[in-house]
Amino acid sequence: METTWPILTILTFLPMIGVVFLLLIRGDDDVVIRNSRNVALWVSGFTFVMSLFVLFNFDPAVAGYQFEDRGIWLALDGIGYHMGVDGISMPFVVLTTLLTPLAILASWKSVTLRVREYMIAFMLLETLMIGTFCALDMVLFYLFFEAVLIPMFLIIGIWGGMRRVYASFKFFLYTLAGSVLMLVAMLYMATTAQTTDIPLLQEFAFSPAAQTWLFLAFFASFAVKVPMWPVHTWLPDAHVEAPTAGSMILAGILLKMGGYGFLRFSLPMFPEASVYFAPMIFSLSVVAVIYTSLVALAQTDMKKMIAYSSVAHMGFVTIGIFTMTEQGIAGAMFQMISHGLVSAALFFAVGVVYDRLHTREIDAYGGVADSMPRYAAFFMLMMLASVGLPGTSGFVGEFLVLVGAWQSSTLLAFLTATGLILGATYMLWLYRRVVFGRAEKEEVIAMTPLEGREMLIFAPLTVLVLWYGIFPGGLLDTMQPAIATILGHVADAADAMGTQ
Amino acid sequence: MITAIVFLPLLGAIGAGIFSLMKNDRGGFIVSIGGIMLSMVLSWVAFITMAVPGINETVFLAKWISSGGFEVDWALRYDALTAVMMIVVTTVSAMVHLYSVGYMSHDNAKPRFMAYLSLFTFAMLMLVTADNLVQMFFGWEGVGVASYLLIGFWYHRPSAHEAAMKAFVVNRVGDFGYALGIFAIFAMTGSVQLDEIFAMAPDLAGRSIEFLSFEVPALELAGMLLFIGAMGKSAQLGLHTWLPDAMEGPTPVSALIHAATMVTAGVFMVCRLSPMLEFAPFTLDFITIVGALTAIFAATIGFTQFDIKRVIAYSTCSQLGYMFFAAGVSAYPAAMFHLTTHAFFKALLFLGAGSVIHALSDEQDMRRMGGVWKKIPFTYSMMWIGSLALAGFPFFAGYFSKDMILEAAWAQHRFTGEFAYILGIMAAFLTAFYSWRLLFMTFHGKPRASDEVMSHVHESPLVMTIPLFVLAIGAVFSGFLLYDLFVGHHWNDFWGNSILILPEHTAMADAHHVPKIIKLMPLIVGVAGVTLAWLFYIAVPGMPALVARVFKPLHLLFFNKWFVDELYDALLVRPSVRLGRLFWSRGDIGIIDAFGPNGMSALVSRFSVLCSRMQTGYVFHYAFAMLIGVVALVAWYARTIGG
Repeated sequence: METTWPILTILTFLPMIGVVFLLLIRGDDDVVIRNSRNVALWVSGFTFVMSLFVLFNFDPAVAGYQFEDRGIWLALDGIGYHMGVDGISMPFVVLTTLLTPLAILASWKSVTLRVREYMIAFMLLETLMIGTFCALDMVLFYLFFEAVLIPMFLIIGIWGGMRRVYASFKFFLYTLAGSVLMLVAMLYMATTAQTTDIPLLQEFAFSPAAQTWLFLAFFASFAVKVPMWPVHTWLPDAHVEAPTAGSMILAGILLKMGGYGFLRFSLPMFPEASVYFAPMIFSLSVVAVIYTSLVALAQTDMKKMIAYSSVAHMGFVTIGIFTMTEQGIAGAMFQMISHGLVSAALFFAVGVVYDRLHTREIDAYGGVADSMPRYAAFFMLMMLASVGLPGTSGFVGEFLVLVGAWQSSTLLAFLTATGLILGATYMLWLYRRVVFGRAEKEEVIAMTPLEGREMLIFAPLTVLVLWYGIFPGGLLDTMQPAIATILGHVADAADAMGTQ
Repeated sequence: MITAIVFLPLLGAIGAGIFSLMKNDRGGFIVSIGGIMLSMVLSWVAFITMAVPGINETVFLAKWISSGGFEVDWALRYDALTAVMMIVVTTVSAMVHLYSVGYMSHDNAKPRFMAYLSLFTFAMLMLVTADNLVQMFFGWEGVGVASYLLIGFWYHRPSAHEAAMKAFVVNRVGDFGYALGIFAIFAMTGSVQLDEIFAMAPDLAGRSIEFLSFEVPALELAGMLLFIGAMGKSAQLGLHTWLPDAMEGPTPVSALIHAATMVTAGVFMVCRLSPMLEFAPFTLDFITIVGALTAIFAATIGFTQFDIKRVIAYSTCSQLGYMFFAAGVSAYPAAMFHLTTHAFFKALLFLGAGSVIHALSDEQDMRRMGGVWKKIPFTYSMMWIGSLALAGFPFFAGYFSKDMILEAAWAQHRFTGEFAYILGIMAAFLTAFYSWRLLFMTFHGKPRASDEVMSHVHESPLVMTIPLFVLAIGAVFSGFLLYDLFVGHHWNDFWGNSILILPEHTAMADAHHVPKIIKLMPLIVGVAGVTLAWLFYIAVPGMPALVARVFKPLHLLFFNKWFVDELYDALLVRPSVRLGRLFWSRGDIGIIDAFGPNGMSALVSRFSVLCSRMQTGYVFHYAFAMLIGVVALVAWYARTIGG
């Protein structure tokens, strides 16, 4: 559907208007702090409303890109400004615009230092994230994709915990190492195909030999983002040191960029290489599921445990994508959206008690249910969604991935499904040690119940987790045509390989 | 009507949940009990007006998951099998709801408790009305969660939340099998919808499928995987360890979930899948053997325990074994029959035990009971009725159903059936023994409780005794009344197409024609068991200790539950945690980080130190380096020119 308005461009750069406002705020410290918070919340809220407008005008039955928007940029041949969304990116855009205001709300009280700069970083982050999912030009994508690192790096490095500098550098080092290789690959692709337009590149048939190298280069970047085993060790540290809102965005959106990249680049552009490397991806992912689940069991830090659980859950995603079956990819997509909601809620749940007790050590808690009954209920629901209980969104994704996995290999499905048991073990154990028991420590007894603001953050996430658990149809239908297109590329490649 | 039956308890749960936030006890009771009572009445109406005349119905509610060919709907299926489960679930649940008003009267989170009970009932009804395997899985895990919440209801007690977690995780192991079973069936038939699967089952009988690189018979694989799920939920040998620990939950929970309904879900599932399992003879034999072994295994533990609830819990485990081996010999109606009667008398026993516990100020250890039968005569008589029904004395419910199972097992005329029959008879002996041991220890002899506790002993209030009475009616008459309908000569009229039995599986048909001695055997061992219990606990009170001493190793084995928990702990639990720590400290920190980012940055900084050392500031050092460079350059140049 063509609109006369460059609506995606407006949506993407809307938060930048917030940045302008933030820079213009004058007054003494209190006024600046209060106004900064409000500006950021209103702007991100408005962005969300606008993304809903895009969503309602999005036609799920159409396979191609919608709301396309082109412009001249960089005055170079082939490199253009091109935005657009399809069924794969649309859900991520809305997820981003939903989580950003919630993240701002989550840092309402816990961030008191350099509030204006903090909000600027978040606004910038939002623009870059939306841009990443909307960009249909490879160079444009690369800019957004890599620039996301900068505000996140700052958020961890400035507003983070004790070892924030180590964590932020580790984060930066890993992601940069991957992206350098991707850049080289992009240069090669641009010169070979004479274009950087993503839809055109998806139709361009790279030679099998070139695909192999290009796939590996992109893989290096996306695997770090997902993160896949063994390049996952930046994630626990980054999460532990990041402020609550940073963790919410990191787990909710940033990790999904890897999965999105696989679906946008690897599968359609290098289908033969994808088929060739699928067993490697499966192996790494199965290790991720089992290994990191076991590691999660050994954690004493709440955030670290949930961070490791994210690695395990993202293992399901990469498995689903590379099964190259309808159910597998749909399941992976669904799992990413669901994990975006659930992990954001879980990291927020940690933040809530951290704000009260200023520790993330599991042993410092116990018996939280007494002083915070509503919190216990929200946390319980999210914990159950995380272990994939039917009726929550977590189930649909995991189950579809496993359906797809069984078609690829029964061994794969068997090993991956052990994640269901292990996942239940560490999450229940965490919940039990934090929430259950008799509150004996005085600090824990004195913990205050959830306030309205905190419930306002949990509530939409809860509703969505249940809604998508019971009626996942809307989301599945939205992605279906785009998934069919990707599978078309893969099938063509398989045919080509067959005839050779 | 079917929709209302299923969703009324959900409304009750939501209502009670809201009242729980408002701390309104009365409101919580009214909505939850109102919901379940209405649901119970409607399910009886449905049973009489629809199930008995043989009317089936499927109500489509909404689309659930649809991706590629993987289509799952929310739909309610009503047939004879569902109808039976519905009346059992709603009736016992209604009684337990009512009973809880009295039992939980001292608790300060009553509406939350009622909400969980109603939520459980909803999930259980979703399970039994499921039209496809995935929706059944929804109910399956849903009841698991409700059970988890209820076992851990008294979350202050470490033992309670430990037991809750154990129940969930052990059930997850079973669910792992169930989920794989669904994938296998989808891969074979392209559907998860029950009727479609059943229609294809005969054709699949001879086919094989690849699993973990083995070629295995397709239906056997699916059947075995799904049965693993049933083993978890129904606490069969190997995955039974959670059930006794689940007794940490309040007693009404034990009666509803861990005796009458949830734990029978596995039996229901096997019966539901009969049109498929009938073509998987190996799986059926496996079910028979597991059931028979569980029946005897749990009974051996049951007669050594002292916790009144654990004794009944092991008894449940053992009775579930009976139901499974009945299903295994293709006598599904007998299994369902026993499921129904067992629900009544076992719920009665649990609620009766609850009444005793309530009367004795929350004492559960039978060694500190005794001598109270005169003080609580009503509870005492209810326990007698329950025990008589359990042990299968003539004209009580268990007499009809258990004998039917044993006769059917014998009538299979194969090794597995006879194996099950023999173990079943031995278990019947132990059942009678531990039931009367329980009665004698709890009610007879000298009081062993403290005087203070004894002075408080009182009969329970009406709100608790009425449910007992209703269940007692079921425990006495359900066998007699339902016999003809469920397992009489015309059982096929009632079950219709909800159960399939191949003509060559004749156990059900031949069960009515077995030798007299086979028919009488259960009664004989029952009387023997009661007599022995009387001898041990009334006539010669010193006997138990003496016997325990003489057969010390055996007693230790039984008393410690065959050390299964310890075995799992040593083989699975502790190694997992240790492996997790190892992966973390050696894998993540020791290898990946050490060679990855930390190693890199260390390398870079070492290199830069090296570089900065070269910058010494002495002119002769630079001059020397330059000289080396010039020489090397000249040498290389000369070589290339020369070469």
